[in-house]
Amino acid sequence: MASQGTIDAEFSAAPPRISEWRRLWKVFFSRGTVAVGFAILLLVILVAIFAPFVAPYDPYQVGVADSLVQPNRSHLLGSDVLGRDTLSRLIYGSRTALMVGFLTVGIASIIGISLGLIAGYFGGIPYMVIMRCIDAVMCFPMLLLALVVAAVLGGGIQNVIIALSVAIIPHYTRVTCGMALSVRENDYVIASLLTGAGDGFIILRHVLPNILHPLLVLMTMQLGSLILAEASLSFLGIGIEPPGAAWGAMVNDGYKHLLRNPVLSFAPGLTIMMTVFAFNMVGDGLRDALDPRLRGLL
Amino acid sequence: MTAFIIRRLMLALVTLLLVTLAVFFVMRLLPGDPLLIYMAQSAELDTMPREALEKLRQEFGLDKPIMVQYVHWVWGIFRGDFGTSIFYREKVGTLMLERFPVTLHLGLLALLCSVSIGLTVGLIAAIRRGKWPDKVFTPLTYLGVTVPIFWLGILLIYFFGLKLRWLPIAGYTSPLDDFWLSTRQAIMPVICLSIYGLASNARQMRSSMLEVIHQDYIRTAWAKGLSEGRIIFRHALKNSLIPVVTLMGMSVGMIFGGSVIVETVFAIPGVGRLLVSSIFGQDYVVVQAITFVVASIVLVVNLIVDLSYAWFDPRIRYG
Repeated sequence: MASQGTIDAEFSAAPPRISEWRRLWKVFFSRGTVAVGFAILLLVILVAIFAPFVAPYDPYQVGVADSLVQPNRSHLLGSDVLGRDTLSRLIYGSRTALMVGFLTVGIASIIGISLGLIAGYFGGIPYMVIMRCIDAVMCFPMLLLALVVAAVLGGGIQNVIIALSVAIIPHYTRVTCGMALSVRENDYVIASLLTGAGDGFIILRHVLPNILHPLLVLMTMQLGSLILAEASLSFLGIGIEPPGAAWGAMVNDGYKHLLRNPVLSFAPGLTIMMTVFAFNMVGDGLRDALDPRLRGLL
Repeated sequence: MTAFIIRRLMLALVTLLLVTLAVFFVMRLLPGDPLLIYMAQSAELDTMPREALEKLRQEFGLDKPIMVQYVHWVWGIFRGDFGTSIFYREKVGTLMLERFPVTLHLGLLALLCSVSIGLTVGLIAAIRRGKWPDKVFTPLTYLGVTVPIFWLGILLIYFFGLKLRWLPIAGYTSPLDDFWLSTRQAIMPVICLSIYGLASNARQMRSSMLEVIHQDYIRTAWAKGLSEGRIIFRHALKNSLIPVVTLMGMSVGMIFGGSVIVETVFAIPGVGRLLVSSIFGQDYVVVQAITFVVASIVLVVNLIVDLSYAWFDPRIRYG
């Protein structure tokens, strides 16, 4: 009886829905690194949105400074070989990075999650066909696949987005499929079937909401690795056309003049790293906040 | 176990078939006629008569229907014939044979580093959780998964190559020719190739070890008075390695992806650099062959990982 009493007490003490958000908020910001990552992320996003107001010079204007000047009062990070202001190009580069990151995650998650839901919920032939194709695509290392697809499509920023989407769709499909397989065995799904609900309704109303949290975490984490991949592609010379600014391409520019002006290469690399770090930290924080089982363990 | 192996092998064959289809038909989406692209590069296009162009088209088999070309290509692979590079005018097999050993040499060194160092670091961080090794190493592993490797390479070149002059800044020498020089040249590329795998192995090892050492059977082992070394190595290690093994399979793919970048930064004549130059030269025969071989290697490694996974964990075999 005593144990029954404590269980009842626990149930009645269960937090009301409103404080669930407060709990998420508290867990999310309880780790210093997550808070720092969140702050960096907010800064990068704000800078990208307000780039024209923040950038001290026109990022495409050749000769606002002498060629390859060292950092100084009027050009905080110096200039590149064409005399363009490095800080301004860095600020505009954040637009490229974030645009590629968000659009790719958007496209890839919609397609990947849909495929995963179909494969996992219906099983059978859809499962076989979709998962074998996903297996095949996953044999190609992500960067290699993105490189070849972007090159085949002919470079340019939109083709980079398509290529990276193709490369990461399998990740979403795999994760979604695995979770959908286990969720569809739950009693509430069977109950819903018995009340005459259609498959589409069940997928959207019962399956998807129950697997959404891990997918959100995956999406946040992927933003970081996508920014890294976009930088790698633009470092290799695939992606945004000159004179557009991309962080990876800036590192490569600086590499050619490493001895004369190392900041040209160091600054964009450090920016990439901090942005990726920020996305990873926010992803970690989200995971901890959404999955109490893992809180503080990782 | 035999049934499981056979089932996995059949699946792998299906996947391999899909890989050949993907490689072949994606490359054929290339805008433009590969022959015309090649001729334009050799600047003979204007002077070449139509008949000669048709003759070349026949020589490369580009006049046949696309399915015939596909079957021809797959049949060629079976006999070890990957076709002739349009740009180098050489057998692609020969080109790859020159360059794969370079990539594999650095890649295997990187894999060795990322596994041995990564697992050790993760293990120490887990069993000394909250103590100084954890406080020092764990933040470093966060940096390891975020650093862009091309930038890390440039940093290393700047400080250890140009400023301190400790290491050669680029190039590759076979260890069979000059072991000492080869090792010195390999240090920086191997650091760049292994950093991501090292950090993610360490993180995975730390978290799975933490999960294992909180389980009841470990508490029992402590309670009956076993030494720490015995508990960790005899009881905890094997169970905590299961998720790590999957990660190792993935890191083979990561290393191939990384070699594209690292070989470009350090001017190493490996497969990654050949791939990049072939992409820019639109030498589709070479790109096809390299992507196919890399995908096959990843496929085989994942197959081995899956099988060993089933070996570790009997639940998977019968699942």
